[in-house]
Amino acid sequence: MSTWVIVVCVALLGVSAALTVLRMALGPTTLNRTIAMDVLVAICVCALGLEAAVNRHATTLPILVALSLLGFVGSVSVARFAAREEKTEGRDHA
Amino acid sequence: MTWTDVADAAAAVCLIGGSLLSLAAAVGIVRFPDLFSRMHAATKPQVLGLLLVLVGVELRLRSGEALGVIVLVALFQFMTAPVSAHMVGRAAYRTSPVRRDLLVRDELADRDDED
Repeated sequence: MSTWVIVVCVALLGVSAALTVLRMALGPTTLNRTIAMDVLVAICVCALGLEAAVNRHATTLPILVALSLLGFVGSVSVARFAAREEKTEGRDHA
Repeated sequence: MTWTDVADAAAAVCLIGGSLLSLAAAVGIVRFPDLFSRMHAATKPQVLGLLLVLVGVELRLRSGEALGVIVLVALFQFMTAPVSAHMVGRAAYRTSPVRRDLLVRDELADRDDED
């Protein structure tokens, strides 16, 4: 695989990961950060897949399975707790 | 030019396409104004970008065992991405103020369990 393909892919993935981290830092709510984290996990899966494709080995492929499931568990549990926490805060008038 | 060269070229195209979708989603996540439009941008690398990268990996590896794992990754991602997006969207609608000027239609507006 030619070098410029690798360079272009790494640059695109790096810039997108940096922008995603920027959104995680800016917020403004927990759920915005959760979505940014989901996208960051997807970018990580893409980067590991790129590494497997460049070096032609299947060693990193089980990590992709684990990462795709881990992102799901993380975002669902964060959404669950964000719902409870902010709901009780909003009920102060009751 | 053999068929392996063609497969490598197709793999390169798929990998670059997946990376471009990741970049598009990241730009959307930074620039879009509210959570629901950011969720719309976030689905691009989660489904199509990831699928393109996985097709590129399989075109490059060209082995049967790798194909099994790759299909498993794609299957998990397709099953879990809608569920987590649904959970996040529901939590966002219930907890934080929704920007109504950005919504085209709000089918939950006339629900009567508003508290």
